[in-house]
Amino acid sequence: MIVFLIKRLSNAALVMLAVALMAFMIFRFAGDPVELMVNEQTTQEQRQELRERLGIDQPVLMQFARFVGNAVQGDFGISYRNQESVMSLIAERFPATFELVILATILSLVVGVPLGVITAIYRGRWFSEAVQFASIIGVSLPSFVIGILLILGFSVSLGWLPAFGRGEVVQFGWWSTGLLTHSGRMALILPTVALSLYQITLVMRLVRAEMLETLRSDFVKFARARGVPAWRIHYRHALRNCLMPVVTMTAMNIGALIAFALVTETVFQWPGMGLLFIQAITFVDIPVMAAYLVIVSFIFVTLNTLVDITYALIDPRLRDATT
Amino acid sequence: MSLAEPNLLTRIRRSDLWWSFTQHKAAMAAALLLALLILSAAFAPWITPQNPYDPAQLDLWNAELPPIWMERGQWPYLLGTDNQGRDILSAILYGSRSSIIIGIGSVALSLVIGISLGLMAGFFGGITDAVLMRVGDVLLSVPTILIAMLVSAMARASLPPGLREVGAGAVLILAITLSAWVQYARTVRAQTSVERRKEYVQAARLLKVPARRIMVKHILPNTMTPILVAATLNFGMAILTEATLSFLGIGMPPSQPSLGTLIRFGNQYLFSGMWWMVIFPVLQLCLLVVSVNLLGDWLRDALNPKLR
Repeated sequence: MIVFLIKRLSNAALVMLAVALMAFMIFRFAGDPVELMVNEQTTQEQRQELRERLGIDQPVLMQFARFVGNAVQGDFGISYRNQESVMSLIAERFPATFELVILATILSLVVGVPLGVITAIYRGRWFSEAVQFASIIGVSLPSFVIGILLILGFSVSLGWLPAFGRGEVVQFGWWSTGLLTHSGRMALILPTVALSLYQITLVMRLVRAEMLETLRSDFVKFARARGVPAWRIHYRHALRNCLMPVVTMTAMNIGALIAFALVTETVFQWPGMGLLFIQAITFVDIPVMAAYLVIVSFIFVTLNTLVDITYALIDPRLRDATT
Repeated sequence: MSLAEPNLLTRIRRSDLWWSFTQHKAAMAAALLLALLILSAAFAPWITPQNPYDPAQLDLWNAELPPIWMERGQWPYLLGTDNQGRDILSAILYGSRSSIIIGIGSVALSLVIGISLGLMAGFFGGITDAVLMRVGDVLLSVPTILIAMLVSAMARASLPPGLREVGAGAVLILAITLSAWVQYARTVRAQTSVERRKEYVQAARLLKVPARRIMVKHILPNTMTPILVAATLNFGMAILTEATLSFLGIGMPPSQPSLGTLIRFGNQYLFSGMWWMVIFPVLQLCLLVVSVNLLGDWLRDALNPKLR
């Protein structure tokens, strides 16, 4: 087990190092950031001082080592655009994204699991086929399209829900939440639905496939033969056996959802990390871009590693199978 | 040869795949729709009333016209015009053209890269294999959309302004390819490392057939089935990724809009009542991707020996 742990953790560390290298490379590609930050009146000395403060007067390898060293301590330098600490910029935006992603995850489970069970049990009926077909369309619709359609329907035509922003938020120290105010909750509805729709189809398809497989297994047949009522077989016995892969996929997809949230955030002008990143791209604000990339990948890699380790804890066979 | 080799057409007509295709109504409808969409995009310059990329053909007098079945609608602007007098239908057909070209380009490029690297990794094993799979791990550990965004952001930052617009399509193809090839490489590698231990490969080796010939002529055909399915589904994914990037403003430039760029424009006029600017490009994008995905779904089931 210890060998497996070390292997898995060093693998994760390697991946993070590679991501850091990729993030660092953007700095090299983008030309001289000092030129982007100053105006004509800046003197040569001021430029030099800025250069030293940003640490870009040193050799590349040193810069990379420093970048990694600082990143480990949560220091991503200062934003080129408004010269604020990148970490505090991101920390300020993180709660908005996190709230959206967690709510979307919960929604995808609450809607996706029952739909998957129903389409598996009533396979071949018209409504299961309809849901199945709708799920193909759901996979084919990009999330920004879903967002636009929701805005057109519920904001422009009906005028029921706000189309942009977070509404009123309540601050707890550095954390902010929109769940405690009415306008905050209203503002959450459309982005959450838009973000979760793709995830709902994934959960639904996975539950359906797993249910179909389980319903064919011997223990279900045995339970039927014993006269266990159908609902009990479906929901107590079969569904439980399907939940493990669903939990795995949900945990792994939280990272992907955080990344995809940037599209949703752009459509709804949601003030989260993704919107910060998009704005950073427009202004070529590289420290923010790099920090966002590293942080999102870190969440992604951490979740994947945790899932793998949990699996290995539960099932010892996996410990030496993974290479 | 005493037995006449049946020509390609007869071979296709007698194949299991074709039979399954004729049995599957949704797949046939999807194929028909896709063919229609691709043809209309390919012949866009000959069937559209104006060239939406040519500013000289835009007339502000005709701006903000609704679709033809509405009150102020005007011939020949079937689906209305945008705020600059650009015919929406023409813009959509031209836009589909760039979406489809970028989709095909990125799938083709990632197929070439993924298959050749996968073959080499699976066939030679050792260090080639280890390095390649690690690189793949890293790329897969970052969400696809982020990689694509980074590449196009880097390109924007480093390309001279003159090249930025012309090269936008190529940059997008590269950006999408960079994360898409891994899937093909992994699939081909897994299959290759199984196949290379089989007797026919051993026999070919004993006959001193060159390694490259063994890989391409003997092993490759045996790995194609899952690749075909993945390529079809990835074509849809590529079109979606391109549309997303263009929608976010880091894809195709406004001077040569793709479907995503058109939706971006339309989105800015969402509250001004000009719904046709956004609905029709959205509809076209969805038709395109849904037809591709339906075909991919059918192909996956039809080629899966377990479901026969």
